[in-house]
Amino acid sequence: MIELLAVEGLAKTFTLHLHGGRKLAVVAGVSFVVGPGECVVLGGPSGVGKSSILKIVYGNYAADAGRIWLADGSRVLDIATAGPADIVAARRRTMGYVSQFLRVIPRVSALDIVAAAARDAGLEAPAARARAEHLLERLHLPRALWPLPPATFSGGEQQRVNIARGFVGEHRLLILDEPTASLDAANRDAVVDLIDERRSQGAGFLAIFHDEDVRARVAARIVDVSAFSQREAA
Amino acid sequence: MSARAYNFAYLDEQTKRMIRRAILKAVAIPGYQVPFAAREMPMPYGWGTGGVQVTAAVIGPDDVLKVIDQGADDTTNAVSIRAFFAKTAGVATTTQTERATVIQTRHRVPETPLAEHQILVYQVPIPEPLRFLEPRETETRAMHALAEYGVMHVKLYEDIARHGHIATTYAYPTRVAGRYVMDPSPIPKFDNPKLDDCPALQLFGAGREKRIYAIPPYTQVVSLDFEDHPFERTKFDSACAFCGATDSFLDEVVTDDSGGRMFVCSDTDYCERRQAALEKEAAE
Amino acid sequence: MSAPLLAVEGLSKRFGATHACRSISFELEEGEALAVVGESGSGKTTLLHMIAGLLPADSGTVLYRNRDGVSRELGIMSEGERRALMRTQWGFVHQDAARGLRMNVSAGGNIGERLMALGERHYGRIRASAQDWLERVEIPANRLDDSPQTYSGGMRQRLQIARNLVTAPRLVFMDEPTGGLDVSVQARLLDLMRGLIAEMGLAVVLVTHDLAVARLLSNRILVMKQGEVIESGLTDRVLDDPQAPYTQLLVSSVLAA
Repeated sequence: MIELLAVEGLAKTFTLHLHGGRKLAVVAGVSFVVGPGECVVLGGPSGVGKSSILKIVYGNYAADAGRIWLADGSRVLDIATAGPADIVAARRRTMGYVSQFLRVIPRVSALDIVAAAARDAGLEAPAARARAEHLLERLHLPRALWPLPPATFSGGEQQRVNIARGFVGEHRLLILDEPTASLDAANRDAVVDLIDERRSQGAGFLAIFHDEDVRARVAARIVDVSAFSQREAA
Repeated sequence: MSARAYNFAYLDEQTKRMIRRAILKAVAIPGYQVPFAAREMPMPYGWGTGGVQVTAAVIGPDDVLKVIDQGADDTTNAVSIRAFFAKTAGVATTTQTERATVIQTRHRVPETPLAEHQILVYQVPIPEPLRFLEPRETETRAMHALAEYGVMHVKLYEDIARHGHIATTYAYPTRVAGRYVMDPSPIPKFDNPKLDDCPALQLFGAGREKRIYAIPPYTQVVSLDFEDHPFERTKFDSACAFCGATDSFLDEVVTDDSGGRMFVCSDTDYCERRQAALEKEAAE
Repeated sequence: MSAPLLAVEGLSKRFGATHACRSISFELEEGEALAVVGESGSGKTTLLHMIAGLLPADSGTVLYRNRDGVSRELGIMSEGERRALMRTQWGFVHQDAARGLRMNVSAGGNIGERLMALGERHYGRIRASAQDWLERVEIPANRLDDSPQTYSGGMRQRLQIARNLVTAPRLVFMDEPTGGLDVSVQARLLDLMRGLIAEMGLAVVLVTHDLAVARLLSNRILVMKQGEVIESGLTDRVLDDPQAPYTQLLVSSVLAA
């Protein structure tokens, strides 16, 4: 019974056509489960394929083999083989993603970026704006920055906008790729609080944290990706 | 053998038949522009060749012709065209609206109401009411065929936006028999109501553009407008200085170079008859 | 399962010996935004014009599902029906705004035209709708009576968008909507478009050579080369994890500022 997320036998190989068709095998046989209220952390050395797995689960990368079962509303969807419309719907309803760095769209203010994500998740404009403000407040982003486009923000400030955007939709599954890497201790705490709060509301997390401290506070389980690695030995 | 210099009414019989066929089509489809093979006439384009060809096609030896230009029988053009038909058709001519059976007009409708046995022939410069916004002939034909007339109201919208009211004062667009949008020729909008439910046959000829269109007798002709800016007849502040009429279209005549002006009826026949009636009254 | 909003099947077009489009097929659901990307000569613009009924196809069908749920084939529709469709349920945003606007008519007249074409006869209401839309596309209200001749390129494009969206169409075609605009203007315009697409639940078929525009506005993408679809799928998937050699080439060729 899939309660939230079940990954089975996931495999990924990159084929570099521009370099003579060279193949880079990344992982194979990846299997794990994320249940509601759980935070599962992917561990392993740098470059082993943790980020790639997150992206495959989100549908951002293609899977070469395996299944990604997601409990999306009343149905169970296999992200690996689902059509674009289904994945878009799943992302709107169930599955959120916080990347490592904010992809900056020029000339859109920090508040608008987060409010837009809230509207995508189905809120009306005034409620979306209110929720966006609430989150930015919690992440201690100075009010003065809210009407400004994040292009000139520091890495940590940009990342907090990114996190706010990811959390504003109240998805049941949140995928986090090193969300706290550029944050100081106080802001890391704010993120941990947010995660804990959502977990207690039943949300599940699939995340990468390099910070041992944060990992210790939120992780229910750590899945070591090295076990699935297909990388050729250096 | 008395060799007449011209065939009756100048045009040869085949041409007149061709034009009559076009007129029949036009009458069958009120407001629709029927293309016709306009001939070279002994006057340049812009001088009423379309009106003359239509008149030539419908006039008969027993007809009585009146020609007016901006309401007047005595301008150069009206006089010339009247003389043209007197010479080439030998028809009787008149300046009195009530006595005429065929009336050719440039840019006015007579004030005297018309009767069932009369034909009013209008001279038309640009027959296509959509031309100002849509220069492509292929496109305007499609628009008429599909009754896509939204753009006509755009023109009226622009007027109101720019001037606060519909500023079109002549060649005011109309909808004929609830179907085709028609340009009534550059008559003042004052005259538009006269086209509606008129007992006479109204024919429109455009010589340069080679189109004929028609309004059969007793046909509905509605001037386009907005619900909140309805079509309004022009009202004049003064009466005619000659005959005192308050219900006719007035021309403004500048009388001196210190701003003096007076308003007189544009329809000379109407004004003269009213003056004659007033004199008669005064004499009694 | 109801029929898709738009079903394109085997659409082909030749110009002499050149195969501009070779048997292109895809489906579009309500509310989906599809980007068709490719370089010059890929056939993307030809494809767009065929789907929108502006260019006859040599073979293939385009089925459009009406508001009443019935799918109609565009090729056998009468011209009157197709033109009515274009005015009510569809929109077309041209790269050059002047092509999609009446340049000698005020902004209000441009936006109000479709309403007037549908029989709206109350000047006050037409003006109010036009005013409303001007605000939505972020053009200052006092420009309502100005002609687009006096507008900047970005403003013209916004006006074109307003003119198209005033009848709440279900499907909007866009041909390089930000092409030719200054980069600084593009960003706000793209954001406006993204917002309107989401807010109005529009289905979009967007042709662009700019992958960044495709990423921002679409959730599905078709990569075309020389008349054929090389790769298709979720936009971010195709752009971040391109599978086909040509797609990898295209993506890697884009300069980042």
